[in-house]
Amino acid sequence: MTGLSRRRRLAAVAVTALCALAGAGCSSTTDGPSDGGAYLVWDPYPQFADDSEWVALLKKCGTSAGVTVERTGYDTTDLTNKALLAAQQGNSPDVLIVDNPVISTLAEAGALTTTEENKLDVSSMEANLLGAGQRDGRTYGVPIGANTLALYYNKDLLTAAGVDPASVKDWTSLTAALTKVKAKGKKGITFSAIGTEEGSFQFLPWFWGSGAQLTALDSPQAVSALTLWTDWLKQGHSPNSVINNTQTTSWQEFATGDYAFAENGTWQLANAEKLGFAYGTIAIPASAGGPAPAPTGGEFVSIPVQNKTDRYAASQKLVACLTSADNLLTTDTTLSYVAPVAAVQERQAAADPKLKVWVEAVRAAKGRTGDNLGTKYPKISEPLWTAVQAALSGAKSPREALTAAQAAATAR
Amino acid sequence: MTSTTRKSTATRGRGGAANTAPPRPGASRVRRSHRRWAWGFLAPVTLYLLAFYAYPLYRNVELSLREYTVRSFVQGGAPFAGLDNYRTVLTDPAFWPTLTHTVVFTAASLAFQFSIGMALALFFRQHFPLSGTLRALILVPWLLPLIVSASTWSWLLNSDSGLVNAALGVVGVDQVNWLTSPGWSLTSVIIANIWIGIPFNLVVLYSGLQAIPTEVYEASALDGATGWQRFWSITFPLLRPVSAITLLLGLIYTLKVFDIIWIMTRGGPTDSSATLATWSYRLGFGNLLPEFGPGAAVGNLLIVMALIAGLVYIRIQRRQNLR
Repeated sequence: MTGLSRRRRLAAVAVTALCALAGAGCSSTTDGPSDGGAYLVWDPYPQFADDSEWVALLKKCGTSAGVTVERTGYDTTDLTNKALLAAQQGNSPDVLIVDNPVISTLAEAGALTTTEENKLDVSSMEANLLGAGQRDGRTYGVPIGANTLALYYNKDLLTAAGVDPASVKDWTSLTAALTKVKAKGKKGITFSAIGTEEGSFQFLPWFWGSGAQLTALDSPQAVSALTLWTDWLKQGHSPNSVINNTQTTSWQEFATGDYAFAENGTWQLANAEKLGFAYGTIAIPASAGGPAPAPTGGEFVSIPVQNKTDRYAASQKLVACLTSADNLLTTDTTLSYVAPVAAVQERQAAADPKLKVWVEAVRAAKGRTGDNLGTKYPKISEPLWTAVQAALSGAKSPREALTAAQAAATAR
Repeated sequence: MTSTTRKSTATRGRGGAANTAPPRPGASRVRRSHRRWAWGFLAPVTLYLLAFYAYPLYRNVELSLREYTVRSFVQGGAPFAGLDNYRTVLTDPAFWPTLTHTVVFTAASLAFQFSIGMALALFFRQHFPLSGTLRALILVPWLLPLIVSASTWSWLLNSDSGLVNAALGVVGVDQVNWLTSPGWSLTSVIIANIWIGIPFNLVVLYSGLQAIPTEVYEASALDGATGWQRFWSITFPLLRPVSAITLLLGLIYTLKVFDIIWIMTRGGPTDSSATLATWSYRLGFGNLLPEFGPGAAVGNLLIVMALIAGLVYIRIQRRQNLR
């Protein structure tokens, strides 16, 4: 009996000791990033090593803001959770660069400062790109560059099949082109319909291009968009593997030279130059013709909330430097993104005429979390990609799949 | 091997009983200082267990009992929700299919891993030239990082350009959509998981076989037992304790398998290969707006399932020891 109670007391002592230890650990880490002149920057570009132009630019901007920059590159899917955890522990980085739809989640969490608090100037940014970083009239970050989707085509293959890429203006002419390609024994089009956000991202140009709205997933227009994809699969214009394709694997399929078209983004431009055939790009057509609005990709630079608010001034200088016109040009060229500022976009297009299609596509693009959807978007996107998967794999008809998706989106 | 451990626990038990005999004068002080030493030695491991097991577990339970949004996750003050998250999860239309997938995935993986592992272990018991090299080669799946093996499997099973479909095509079988049809996706991830689990079963069962004295086999050979009889009357019963621990470890390991499924199918298409592990991840991290509460609830259900399996194992073992 006494032994038991002593054991309990000892356990209690151990727990308190541990808590004290953990407490000390926590408080010391909170002080960590705010100490001295080191400013923490987190970005989703782990592909850039310390000797890259991007890191050099970060260091240069740090020096001009009078601070030293400590940079960490994270995998982009990892960064959302890292940022949320850091905000919870009160040790957020001073500058955080994240994928644009994440901004609304972090803003909802109260982890980001608004432009009123951090005094960042966003007036030169294009409104359709800035939209992803705005909620209820407040702006939570600055776009550092944008990318979007378009159709890459295999010039050699289309010529052999007798298709003029300029003739592809709407869905009917696109499907007609695919049929011609199939008659030549080649494959039509590859895209990514994987069961993650990437799948929704790729489906949205067709979804919006049909005239559908994210607030009504089961509209007849939405059904027509999903039917278009499903029919391509049924008729053998698209490979069955699209259901599991990421944008990278879809690109690898296109790179084999067997496919006439591929839906992919600006970030593949550098790889496109390495293709073993001539390629071109066209905007994704809308159902009734003209370019369809594609969703904007790309990152925002934000300033997370700090315990010490006097740090914002230097962070603001750092961000202003990163997003100044000249530096945007450098950064967006390295990332193969389109700049978020009209003047810089024109300089990009002048330097590389191939970028013209992309600049136009970015101007027609719209943010996923825009239209004041904000954090409602993730609750719509998940049912949407599930519906796409259900219809493509034949589990449900497009109409059934989208009806279920709308029910799921409104239930949450 | 087991008989010695059994004996040692028995003596320890008796020794403990002897300690409760009336103390001799002066003995209690010695014992107290002994105890202090004992606590000193226990402290590091206790602290470690508390910090890295008990506290995360407590946090996960707490997470599942509160209604967390991203806002309250960061700012604090999530309201206590009782068992609401569990109710949400249990009434979710995805719950029963996901649970069924988990059970099928675990049962099928274990059955095949174990029987193939056993067959290979018996095979390698007969020493033949290069048997060591071959055995080492079979360990390769175990040594490869899961991301490598899962990616390789998803290339092999690709509908249009995969090697498996190409091979089947030679025989005249139509394209099978291994990873992209709801009918096949679960089978595909099970096949990959079996391949990954075989080496573990092989190694443990092989070492168990080494412990069976050869005299028993010699005696049975003299009695004229066939190979089949030898297996069912000697090998299998003598291997039972090793088999039990292999299956238990395999069960716990398989219940929580996540990487293979996530890399190969993302639990899809349309959740047709989703298990509790992938569902928990999807709820907590797979969306731009994480749902920590339900995610943690699913995770806890998994822990409870593994715990029940562990308790069943201990019970069975105790009953065997009593016999």
